[in-house]
Amino acid sequence: MLMTALYIAFALISVALLLNVIGLARGPSIPDRVLSLDTLYINSIALIIVYGIAEASTIHFEAALLIAMLGFVSTAALCKYMVRGDIIE
Amino acid sequence: MSAQLPTLLELLLSALIIFGAALVLIGSIGLVKLPDFFTRLHAPTKATTLGMGSLLIASLIFTSYVTGDLSVQQLLITLFLFITAPIAAHMLAKTALHLRIQTVESTANSELQKAARERTAPQTSAETAEPGQ
Repeated sequence: MLMTALYIAFALISVALLLNVIGLARGPSIPDRVLSLDTLYINSIALIIVYGIAEASTIHFEAALLIAMLGFVSTAALCKYMVRGDIIE
Repeated sequence: MSAQLPTLLELLLSALIIFGAALVLIGSIGLVKLPDFFTRLHAPTKATTLGMGSLLIASLIFTSYVTGDLSVQQLLITLFLFITAPIAAHMLAKTALHLRIQTVESTANSELQKAARERTAPQTSAETAEPGQ
């Protein structure tokens, strides 16, 4: 039963990633694209976590933690660049 | 799939995983479907964060059961995501206000955007006490 739930979750998260790519390509303004990228990295963390449950290993969670940190820093840097025109003043 | 789980635990894990994945999908549908940037900002920050929390709790229970001791990594990822998601949303909203992104016509109180755009950070008592700085 758990494997069935995991396969359903894989399918749902993959569709979500596809929708994020559509939003990234379409988004009319730059903040829209940054928001799509932000959602894209969060959804990729979700995919890695579901894969980690399916493989019953703990190695994948290190990668998920790294992606979470780098993703937040990149979103913050992009926002700062758009507001101030510079990242480190 | 190696470990044999009790049926009740398996049921709980399956429910949490499907709930989380469905919320992640709902957040992404909202990102594509909603009309303007400020409404689009709501979907990923609210729905996706709750979905991630649900998935990570499922992963925490599963890994703790399989390995026999509490796994801290999932708790760390959950905490980090729950702290950073509102900050990222706030920064994106400030950016959109700064860049004067158009809102939909029916936005209530849209005249407050100007005040929010021109608002500066409050002065701390240290700054007001030392004008020479």
